[in-house]
Amino acid sequence: MEGAVVGGAGPASDTSSASGSDSVHVRLKQVTRVFTLQSGGSLHAIGPVDLELTRGEFFSCVGPSGCGKSTLLDVLAGLAVPTEGTATFEGRPISGVPDGVGAVFQEDASFPWLTVEDNVAFGLRRAGVDPAEIKRRVDYAVGFMGLKDFAKAYPAQLSGGMRQRVCIARTLVLQPRLILLDEPFGALDQQTRLLMGDELLRLWRETSATVLLITHALDEAAMLSDRVGVMSARPGTFIDMVSTGWERDRDSRVVSTPRFGEITARLWDKLRRETMKIMGVAHGPAGGVAAP
Amino acid sequence: MKREAWIRLLIVALFVLSIELLCRTKTIPPTVLIPPSDMLIELIAILRSGELNTDIVSTFGNILIAALIVAVLGFAVGVVIHAFPWLRSSVEPLLASYYAVPTFMFYPVFIVLLGVGSAPIIAIAVLLAIVAMITATLDGLDRIPGVLRKTARMYHMSRLRTSVLVELPAASPYLFTGVKLAVAYSFIGVIASEFILSGSGLGYAIAYAYNNFENRKMYALMLLVLLAATAVNSALNAVDSRLQARQLR
Amino acid sequence: MMAKRYLGTFVIFAGIVLAWQMLHLLGGETALASPAATAVKLVALFRSDMFWGHVAETAKAFTFALVLGILGGVSLGVVLGLSRLSSAVAGPMLVNLYSIPKVTLYPLVLLCFGLGLAAKVAFGVMHGMIPMTIFTMNAIRQMKPVLLRSSKMMRLTPWQTASTIVLPAVMPEVLSGIRLGFSLTLLGVLIGEMFASKRGLGFLVTNAMNLGDTETIMAVAVLLTAFAVTANGLLINLGSSRHR
Repeated sequence: MEGAVVGGAGPASDTSSASGSDSVHVRLKQVTRVFTLQSGGSLHAIGPVDLELTRGEFFSCVGPSGCGKSTLLDVLAGLAVPTEGTATFEGRPISGVPDGVGAVFQEDASFPWLTVEDNVAFGLRRAGVDPAEIKRRVDYAVGFMGLKDFAKAYPAQLSGGMRQRVCIARTLVLQPRLILLDEPFGALDQQTRLLMGDELLRLWRETSATVLLITHALDEAAMLSDRVGVMSARPGTFIDMVSTGWERDRDSRVVSTPRFGEITARLWDKLRRETMKIMGVAHGPAGGVAAP
Repeated sequence: MKREAWIRLLIVALFVLSIELLCRTKTIPPTVLIPPSDMLIELIAILRSGELNTDIVSTFGNILIAALIVAVLGFAVGVVIHAFPWLRSSVEPLLASYYAVPTFMFYPVFIVLLGVGSAPIIAIAVLLAIVAMITATLDGLDRIPGVLRKTARMYHMSRLRTSVLVELPAASPYLFTGVKLAVAYSFIGVIASEFILSGSGLGYAIAYAYNNFENRKMYALMLLVLLAATAVNSALNAVDSRLQARQLR
Repeated sequence: MMAKRYLGTFVIFAGIVLAWQMLHLLGGETALASPAATAVKLVALFRSDMFWGHVAETAKAFTFALVLGILGGVSLGVVLGLSRLSSAVAGPMLVNLYSIPKVTLYPLVLLCFGLGLAAKVAFGVMHGMIPMTIFTMNAIRQMKPVLLRSSKMMRLTPWQTASTIVLPAVMPEVLSGIRLGFSLTLLGVLIGEMFASKRGLGFLVTNAMNLGDTETIMAVAVLLTAFAVTANGLLINLGSSRHR
């Protein structure tokens, strides 16, 4: 069965013990989520999914549209309860949004009625952190994300990419140990995406957090991650795990290496079939497409 | 932006001027309409003499009270309806057809319940205006992007704090639209009720003047209502643009 | 579930009747007739020719006002909506006109049109036309430019563009405007009848108010409400069946 937990057939196979990290940070075991619809039927969104993330790992999840990647993120964030299976974070079952988990969503979540500074400070103020500490952390996060000149601006005055940076800064400032990102760069153009990818890596190294990135862009996943999980069409399960073997201090320039090409080729090979399934196209011999 | 405002001003000025001309040349007989300049003169005279001051104050007071009640009560009802989808789907068809019901026929009911005076007038105005506020509240709450609520959950915010610190500010541009409508309908409701039913206030003064063929006084008061409504609306619109400009995505 | 939805409406309906009964007990017959008395009166009215004469009168005025309002409102909205300048100039003016208490213009309308059908129709159009204009104008302005570009690529004639692309695209909003305009036109006609006529349902209500005949008032109110809700429901269905 292709629901492999660890590693996978590939040029550099990887087991959790060999990655050098200590404990398993996040564990999903046979997690399934089924939605009941208003019309009375049910929608089997994902599962069964098995996944283990080691502390400090950068993991990406790619898959065709509608395969349930966002549902996976919702479960990890504590925003959704699995219908079956268990989800644990730092050894404890996830019930409600756990402490130490931050999320950046696909849609722009910046609060339009607050300035950039107030946006970033929002979570800290709600948590009752000391004002001096708030100022210190906000200034740092705003500077880190390159927003210093826009600290007093309103989101409406910023571009899409900058607004996402505000959302990332907002998450960063709470010093999360697990960062979940759901297609955060989906609305941005390719060049901006590549640069934002570098920023994300910077952030990851700076915080030493475990990162789970959901993306439909193969190159993004291949370039940024330690491991990439390929999800099948709905109901989503992992059909492949690819280890990249990149160094920790990597950046977008890995795209020019031959290894990058191998990884993306492997990802697309698996992903292509799943995508064709949704499009109702039978996968014929290489190069041939049978019409529905 | 400015250019449109000038064109508008020009159109209104031309319109008023042509009416003035048509009246002065008696093309429109004075029994039907008096020249706008005469309306203004008469209005100033009335205000100077102070004979209708109590009526004017009472009318605007009623409008203010009605608008406040509508804004607060309409918002509360909107929030409740929004919270229960089954309630909403049952009530929504009724809300849409609400305006066809001539609400001021409930006047006798209100007189019995609330006595004669301002209260029944305010009650009718509230009844007329509240649906607009409820609808605007529902619309505003609908338009809050789901991602903002998700964010609030990530911050472990309680339901109450989420409503006050996230949902309310997010919906406020639409809620303000509701407030604008509440004020407009309160204006209409109060003055129409006074006109048709009551014995005091600006609306009644207009009706009285009409019935006694006092055209000058009647038109002067109509002008007052027109000017007041335009002034209030413009002020609210100005506040609205400020709010919108900040929040437009 | 469908049943659940109708149950909800039924509960609301029952709640209204209950509140009605309570108000009646509170205020007495002179304030508000009871639901039962109203039902009896309604049946009696349905049996009387005089009543149907009034209904016909109102229906006539209403139909004229609605047709004029829709034709005038939608065409004006289209004309204004076609150019960016005209819609930007007209937009705030229309909204302001809408917010002005039309009661201030009643004497003027009466002096212009005298008493009778013309004045009633004028009242109806006055109340109902502006929202239809506003909604239509906004709908045209908010139409996605890409639709027009596609129609050019398909080399459609102006008439084809208007009928197969523009009209369906703006239909939902235009219908929303018509729904609102429908209720307001009815209200306008009724108000007109309260002043400017010796016939029609509006007159019936005023007359009943002067006589303290609360049963008739409530009976007419119930009839009007039922009519407006039904018509609204039909218009909603008309809109949704095209676009779902």
